[in-house]
Amino acid sequence: MTKRLFVRGNEAICLGALEAGCRHYFGYPITPQNDIPEFMSREIPKLNGEFIQAESEVAAINMVLGAAATGVRAMTSSSSPGISLKMESVSYMAAMEVPCLIVNISRSGPGLGGIDASQGDYFQAVKGGGHGGYHIIVLAPASIQEMYDLTMLAFDLAEKYRSPAMILGDAVVGQMKEPLAPRPKPDTELIEKNWALRGTGEGEQRVIKSLYLGDGELEAHNWKLHAKYSLMKEKECRWEESHTDDAKILVTAFGSAARIAKTAVAMARDEGMKVGFLRPITLFPFPEKAFRDATLRCKKVLDIELNTGQMVEDVRLSVARDADVFFYGRPSGTGSLPTPEELFAQIKKYY
Amino acid sequence: MQQVFTRPASLKDVQTHFCPGCHHGTVHRLTAEALDEFDLRKKTIGVASIGCSVFLYSYFNIDVVESPHGRAPAVATGVKRARPDSFVFTYQGDGDLAAIGTAEIIHAANRGEDITVIFVNNTTYGMTGGQMAPTTLVGQKTSTSPYGRNLEKEGAPVRVTELLSNLDGVAFAARVAVNNPRNLMDAKRQIKKAFRYQVEKKGFSFVEVLAACPTNWGMSPIEANERVGGEMCDYFKLGVYKNTENL
Repeated sequence: MTKRLFVRGNEAICLGALEAGCRHYFGYPITPQNDIPEFMSREIPKLNGEFIQAESEVAAINMVLGAAATGVRAMTSSSSPGISLKMESVSYMAAMEVPCLIVNISRSGPGLGGIDASQGDYFQAVKGGGHGGYHIIVLAPASIQEMYDLTMLAFDLAEKYRSPAMILGDAVVGQMKEPLAPRPKPDTELIEKNWALRGTGEGEQRVIKSLYLGDGELEAHNWKLHAKYSLMKEKECRWEESHTDDAKILVTAFGSAARIAKTAVAMARDEGMKVGFLRPITLFPFPEKAFRDATLRCKKVLDIELNTGQMVEDVRLSVARDADVFFYGRPSGTGSLPTPEELFAQIKKYY
Repeated sequence: MQQVFTRPASLKDVQTHFCPGCHHGTVHRLTAEALDEFDLRKKTIGVASIGCSVFLYSYFNIDVVESPHGRAPAVATGVKRARPDSFVFTYQGDGDLAAIGTAEIIHAANRGEDITVIFVNNTTYGMTGGQMAPTTLVGQKTSTSPYGRNLEKEGAPVRVTELLSNLDGVAFAARVAVNNPRNLMDAKRQIKKAFRYQVEKKGFSFVEVLAACPTNWGMSPIEANERVGGEMCDYFKLGVYKNTENL
């Protein structure tokens, strides 16, 4: 597969999921992610998989739960309000350690909000959007190629850590078209799923559950989950970094905001300004060490988001003690997407 | 000595947490006997719901996945679509299935998912302490209808079996009770029939079991049994409501 395609981000996610071996998709219509169920409803039957347009986002995520509990690669996709509906079962799956992929092509909020690009769901995605205290793996693609690549990675990481994984995108990376170079799924080692339900056969009973009532049981289970999150932080942080060696100010942003920010950084470099760039790719685990290392040298950070300040809290917790963190963002809504010139002006302001 | 009565292989040799006079143990046994008779234990994946029935995995010697409240038919849909050769059943109470899980049961039934649903109707939320359920009878006092269920304000009890029978996707639907030997034997026949539908890949099958909850009804087990056979059977008529293949 060397042929380059020209596809939308939402389609790139589908192509990546199918290449990763996902044959079970369950979803419900909501803008701006409808390309995903439409694509899957067309392609999955050709591959003898299962596509269901569920009666609700709630039902869809629970179909994912059931399918994934048997060990197959299963996914759902939605957009912000629909993701809120799914959160109960995301908490269950985090607790039950059931791997799956959840795609959030997020929209502006709160409430019904609008359908424009937004990063208002950062907190929900990375801080455990459901109840009880948990984390899931969250990947934030900034290009159509990454929509494809990170979808495959998300399935692998989900299985490796027995955890739900989320792709957090928005209307920009979801609906924009860009060239995509499809590549075969990397030869990652497939992990034996000795937990997957299959009917006992001649073996022992397997149970996938999250209810622990015995003395000390739930605490022990939560410590186990906590240890897993620590291991993810140690092993799985991913980020893109450029010009950080000589930077006087470091610009950081994720997802679609990072595309605009990157252009602003290039404008600044063209004018001879020493501006560095750091883009988290994994939002959970958050690349804390990358921020710490970069701010041992560079003492100013400008965080840019399509909201009024969410990731900036994690940036502040991660940077070196004596680094200043500035923020520029606008709450999402029609007409609120910042231009590169607007961000360049912010860089100049804090430079 | 000839042994004429044994524990079904699908049930574990453990004590249950169920209250004295509760019918869950009986319904568990009938379900387990049906699993045994079709030799399904080793290929079964059960879906446990929220309520007293959540401990399915403690009593059945089968693979089990726990479902969020009311979502068991959606979870079972996912399981069955991923493993079409597995035998998949949900075991749900009336609060779970007829209130919070209404959408999931209607649509799984309407799609004609090849699963079996055992629906235990005891007209109350048992595990949470006897609150009013959609199936609570008019006038019945519960912890959240202390003056009795009010028809004007709270509507009439939902007859789920009749409701589902109207859907083309439903292949088999019956309401049974386990309050006396005659009803119990019939309940076993209908549960077996429902299982046969899935074994023969004939579509969605559903059995509603009228059951007693003496603790939350504030009755002795004998009084509770009499209530099942009396006012419950009067309102929730027993019978086979749908049997598309005449199995």
